[in-house]
Amino acid sequence: MKMKKVLALGLVAMMSAAAFAGCGSGSDGSTASEGGSNGTATADGSNGQVYYLNFKPEADEAWQEIAKQYTEETGVPVTVITAASGTYEETLSSEIIKDEAPTLFQVNGPVGLANWKDYCYDLKDTSLYNELTSDSYALYDGDAVAGIAYVIESYGLIVNTKLLEQAGYTVDDIASFDDLKKVAEDITARKDELGFAAFTSAGMDSSSDWRFKTHLANLPIYFEYQDKGIDSTDAIEGTYLDNYKAIWDLYINNATCAPADLAGKTGDDAENEFASGEAVFFQNGSWEYANLTDKGMTDDELAMIPIYIGAGDEAKQGLCTGTENYWCVNSEASEEDIQATIDFLTWMVTSEAGTNMLSEQIGVIPFKQAADTTNLFVLNDRAYTEAGKTPVSWNFTTMPSEEWKNGVGSALTAYAAGTGSWDDVVSAFVDGWATEYAAANN
Amino acid sequence: MEKAIRKYWPIFVLPTLAAFCVGFIYPFVQGLYLSFCKFTTIKKATFNGLDNYVYALHDGEFWHSFWFTALFTVVSTVLINVIAFAIALALTNKIKGSNFFRTVFFMPNLIGGIVLGYIWQILLNCVLSLLEKPLLALNATYGFIGLTILMCWQQIGYMMIIYIAGLQSIPDDYIEAAKIDGATTGQILFRIKIPNVMPSITICTFLTITNGFKLFDQNLALTGGEPAHASEMLALNIYNTFYSRSGPQWKGYGQAKAVIFCIMVIIISMIQLKFTKSKEVQQ
Repeated sequence: MKMKKVLALGLVAMMSAAAFAGCGSGSDGSTASEGGSNGTATADGSNGQVYYLNFKPEADEAWQEIAKQYTEETGVPVTVITAASGTYEETLSSEIIKDEAPTLFQVNGPVGLANWKDYCYDLKDTSLYNELTSDSYALYDGDAVAGIAYVIESYGLIVNTKLLEQAGYTVDDIASFDDLKKVAEDITARKDELGFAAFTSAGMDSSSDWRFKTHLANLPIYFEYQDKGIDSTDAIEGTYLDNYKAIWDLYINNATCAPADLAGKTGDDAENEFASGEAVFFQNGSWEYANLTDKGMTDDELAMIPIYIGAGDEAKQGLCTGTENYWCVNSEASEEDIQATIDFLTWMVTSEAGTNMLSEQIGVIPFKQAADTTNLFVLNDRAYTEAGKTPVSWNFTTMPSEEWKNGVGSALTAYAAGTGSWDDVVSAFVDGWATEYAAANN
Repeated sequence: MEKAIRKYWPIFVLPTLAAFCVGFIYPFVQGLYLSFCKFTTIKKATFNGLDNYVYALHDGEFWHSFWFTALFTVVSTVLINVIAFAIALALTNKIKGSNFFRTVFFMPNLIGGIVLGYIWQILLNCVLSLLEKPLLALNATYGFIGLTILMCWQQIGYMMIIYIAGLQSIPDDYIEAAKIDGATTGQILFRIKIPNVMPSITICTFLTITNGFKLFDQNLALTGGEPAHASEMLALNIYNTFYSRSGPQWKGYGQAKAVIFCIMVIIISMIQLKFTKSKEVQQ
């Protein structure tokens, strides 16, 4: 009897401990990493504080360091929390309703802004806005400046120039879709002799499919917008979808693996194939530079060229350059916190420490006092622009929803594997756009 | 002892009750309210009436995922319970190393669903690729089979442990008496063993049915709902409605779907409990 009593008590103690432990880990579990905040966070609340919900996990460490440095210099507490990859919306939704909500967060463009515009402070008359090199880097909600772009990125075809030379070509030989097709098909024909393929695997696993359903799909959208002179639409016509098909066919039929296997290939697969010299071309962006150099690739064997799809004036086409990262200041935060956040951002884009960190870790920043970059792909982009070529703008921020991208992605995968037809892609692209646009804006 | 319990029971109940209220009752009630709202964050919700429910009930994909989930639940419940019971029967016979096998069969349960999903995705894709069949993300039928294999592999061990406990609690006298009366192995199984492990069957079918309906991690990792939502189960459909659409109305739709989903799971498991409970016998 006594034994039972002790046992029961023990169990009660254990269960209540477990219940409370569960609560504790539950609230911490939603945030990936925490740091930078210190004891003064609450005590010093009167002077405002900054809480940044960071989107880029690869830059987490750099943000933590710069936050600490800022706190040391100014005494203003800065907390940086990074959402785990792919969970930014979820994390933001739960963080923003807390008492200590993020004072600084980000949206990915007009479509992302639609969800969060109620929380965006108008940055029009702030020091931060005045630092922008061009108005086009601000994100407008009516007349209000809801977001400020903090990084400009480029993507295109990353070329392994050494392998290209082995195949008997140089980067200058590729100035149009026809050239690209000729080179790629020639490499495929001599694949066994050369020992490498033209393209890395166009993997359609979720770690890689955005390169095609979002980034590659930007090109037909861009040229259609150009023709019509618009910058967003409620119904896409798909005038350049034949070009989209041509480039997709080129990718899947001249790759390191059979088209049917693409459904399971990941982003790491493609990166490793490229870094180990199994393929000449790799569609990706300037953010990939650090990964490739970490894997031992050097500047003299890398270059980024435009993705030609046989549309528009190809002689004038540059890299795809734009942004989908906009800083937004939480309008629900207290006035002191809003001011502290704007001061912090102004410091980030004007001070030496801040601009250096942004240029090294993030890329090109569209601010007047930006530090120079060593990122080769960014330099490529600059060279193209200086040579009089027009960068292709990022229009995928106007894609109606994530659901639309997923639909196009599924259809592309099925088409590549032969289980679906190109008509399905067209229907996902054109009809899907209309339905999703209506669904998002009704 | 009795007196003390009568006097102090609120103290004993309090920690769990508090945790239950904070962690379950409050979010549930709030979730119910939000399912009638249009919202981006739960603090800025505007009342929306029954619109969300009207949309959810007219959503073809939601119904597709319902039937997909229902079929999956039936198939996996039958397979898991039959195989788990068979293994339990085998391992309650006095064979060498039965403890070792019990451990081995139980092990898959200790691995998380997401990890399992990715491991099985690589494994099954390799097999399908060798057989020159379309990969998991391209064919909903293979996706379905893959999910069934994965869930069987993961859950059989757990259910087996419950069945073993049930089988071991049958008094040896029953079986001995039956043998003396000349009962065959089949008769012993169907007339003595199965009726006596009915409580275990109740709990195991309850667990497998609810697990089948609520399946999320494995679905997300193994097929991600591909191709084009064809292998998307209810929980993943709700998640996608909530997070992969833009515009405030979608959160409300997702929330309404979640409430419908919850009611469905409760109704179905109630029916199942009532049904299997009625077959239980007193020892």
